[in-house]
Amino acid sequence: MLTKETKKDIEVRKLNSSEWQKIAIDTARQGYRFAAIWAQDLDENFELNIVLELQASYLLLQTLIDVGNPSIASFTPYFPAANRLERHTKDMFGIDFIGHPDRRRWTRHQAWSREQFPLRKSFSVAKIPGKVTPPDSAYSFLPVLGSGTCEIPVGPVHAGIIEPGHFRFQIAGEDVIDLEEHLGYTHKGVEKIAEGRTVNQLIKLAGRVSGDSTVSYAWAACAALENAAYLTVPERALHLRALMSERERVANHLGDFAAICNDVAYSFPYYQLMRLKELWLRLNGTIFNHRLMMDCIIPGGVKYDLGAWHIQELQKQVTDFRSELNELLFIFEAHSGLHDRIKATGVLTEKQAKVFGVLGYVGRASGAKLDLRRDLAYPPYDKLEVRVPVYEHGDVLARLRVRFQEILVAFDLIEQLLNTMPTGEIYNSWVSPNIITEGIGLIEGWRGEIITFVRLGSDGLVERYFPRDPSWFSWPALEQLIHGNIVPDFPVCNKSINGSYSGVDL
Amino acid sequence: MDHSKIWLTIIQALLFAISAPLFVGITRWVKCQLQNRTAPSVWQPYWSLNKLFHKEVLTATTTSILFRIVPFLVFSITLVIAATIPLFIINATGSTFADVIVIIGLFALIRFLLALAGMDTGTAFGGMGASREMFVSSIAEPAMAMALFAVAMMAGSTNLANIISHLTTYNLYFSPSLILAAFGMVLVALAETGRIPVDNPTAHLELTMIHEAMILEYSGRYLALIEWSSAIKLMLYAALINNIFFPWGIAHDLIWDDVGIGICAFFCKMVVLAVALGFAEVSLAKLRLFRVPNLLGVAFIFGLLAVLIQIIGIN
Repeated sequence: MLTKETKKDIEVRKLNSSEWQKIAIDTARQGYRFAAIWAQDLDENFELNIVLELQASYLLLQTLIDVGNPSIASFTPYFPAANRLERHTKDMFGIDFIGHPDRRRWTRHQAWSREQFPLRKSFSVAKIPGKVTPPDSAYSFLPVLGSGTCEIPVGPVHAGIIEPGHFRFQIAGEDVIDLEEHLGYTHKGVEKIAEGRTVNQLIKLAGRVSGDSTVSYAWAACAALENAAYLTVPERALHLRALMSERERVANHLGDFAAICNDVAYSFPYYQLMRLKELWLRLNGTIFNHRLMMDCIIPGGVKYDLGAWHIQELQKQVTDFRSELNELLFIFEAHSGLHDRIKATGVLTEKQAKVFGVLGYVGRASGAKLDLRRDLAYPPYDKLEVRVPVYEHGDVLARLRVRFQEILVAFDLIEQLLNTMPTGEIYNSWVSPNIITEGIGLIEGWRGEIITFVRLGSDGLVERYFPRDPSWFSWPALEQLIHGNIVPDFPVCNKSINGSYSGVDL
Repeated sequence: MDHSKIWLTIIQALLFAISAPLFVGITRWVKCQLQNRTAPSVWQPYWSLNKLFHKEVLTATTTSILFRIVPFLVFSITLVIAATIPLFIINATGSTFADVIVIIGLFALIRFLLALAGMDTGTAFGGMGASREMFVSSIAEPAMAMALFAVAMMAGSTNLANIISHLTTYNLYFSPSLILAAFGMVLVALAETGRIPVDNPTAHLELTMIHEAMILEYSGRYLALIEWSSAIKLMLYAALINNIFFPWGIAHDLIWDDVGIGICAFFCKMVVLAVALGFAEVSLAKLRLFRVPNLLGVAFIFGLLAVLIQIIGIN
């Protein structure tokens, strides 16, 4: 059902469910990266989709599963990155993945009974779950036994304003022997809520999957819709989308950079970077009417246009910020105490990064080079020069340096975008295709590649929406890179990854 | 016994208690200035304490009576130390008990009690904080003892009043032994009072905390007492450093002119220290936990060298 437009980037292969294990073995051998899995309920069958990627060319595997006996071979033994996504699919659809090493629930806490699968069409949203969800105390963590070891439960509610998630540390003294994450506390039912919505409602919802990536999510969902409906987007709108996306990237990198400095109690750059982030967000508020630029992207284009005065302001801000940041970089690079804390802390090796298919700045600090802006060159990046900073060490310092370089790259891109801003319309009106149609959107958000799948019904309403956050892969990487570190270094490791809770809890 | 001196001792302890939040306030004010932030008033710690005293006390169901009496014990012991350490006059009554070994012991007792209370809550963080606090103090304590023994050897007495009066009488401010001991003492003070680079007093991340993790379960007036004691403790260390290593202007006896100069000199020196502390905290990052022994090892070596210099007899 995928349209020709989508096929340009993605090779679709329809398979028999019995071939599933074989294709997993073959593609794993060829070195493919596991990118996404989602299912949809097509009444008589479940359709299972897996996206794999090799050197920026995408492969979509599709198969049909019998509703009466929903089971299929698991990809996890060959692609460890598939672990949680398959468990999520199992929780939501009741599809059994044969050979999956972990039988525990993932997204499904105690809200639904054993026979209820929320993303099946037969499941009605109304009145379920009840007002009070029973506590999820029976979830079994892998214990570490032996003298001198103990367990620290952390969360789900944390100190500070971060999202909820549970971390279970197994420690011996201060050394972390094992860490297990238990997420799902911000499950909002995004996938279910999307069903039966209009496209405009869907974009609004997409902008709220993970608030700090609202631009990227909205763009990815729009790209999926536009692919599905063969809708072209005016050049000026594409430029404006990229402009917002780069501004979102800068804001988040500034904030995280600051937070990492705060975690090691180095307060001077913390306050300076927070001040810069605040100024950055305020200009967003002035120009795009929202500090995070929420709901600025609409199907077919963007909502707000830039005036000449705006372009001037944006250019001036980039110039100012570049000189301020270079000054801060000098202070940062000269501070040996800070380096002592973050160098060789939380190392994610190149091999681990590859196994878990880690994306974005986390991947690029560990030698994984993928950046869709350069490698897929979706418009308007096809006309821009995108430099991709890559480091090999994989420690907190490398992740910080990648982020810093990405800020500078984003500055260059913003200047290029503003200098080459085309004239013309800022949106083409949405025309409903009025047939059943599907589309995939691929966007490089600030955390990395975001894959969004949308299926529209013949009435023009959304039948299925699935966004895949890059954090699906960086959260498991965090469990790995903490090995050999001490408990007090966890917060800085965690912040250097900064996975989205909301984006994976859905 | 001279009654006026007893009164003086009580007044001195109260002065410590009353001015301690101001010292914290000044430090915070300096930090804010250096961070380009609008600073809260230097009196803010008083309002915070007042707020805590009026808040409801919540205690975990797993805690015993120990958890509830520790804040009072800690506060009283802190006041006892405050009564003995010379503030601006050397020969107050309290200072006759001001033996450095006793003072080191009393500080250790406070830590011991807080660590017990931390473990009494039965939470992971309480135990973790207690374990870290004991880990840090097990290295800081010998280093502090070394630094103080060096000056004790110079004066031939472990009584603080005798030490200070010896140093001021013979103008021994710039002896190598004293300078080394001072460096050692400053490092120990940073560790013992939970300041950057050892601990972060403004930390909000429970996994990285030392002192704050230990007292995490305290609330209301209990927390107020502990916070107040911490502020006094910070001031006590500052007073120790000031009066041993920079005892300029301190009054020897209850002569009003000298006392006036003593008070002025003392407060000026405290402000200087608060500013220095603010500067240090803004420009340093927190050390990795297992780097703390290196820092305190340096402090210990400074103390040891100071003692050795005394033994060899270079003055």
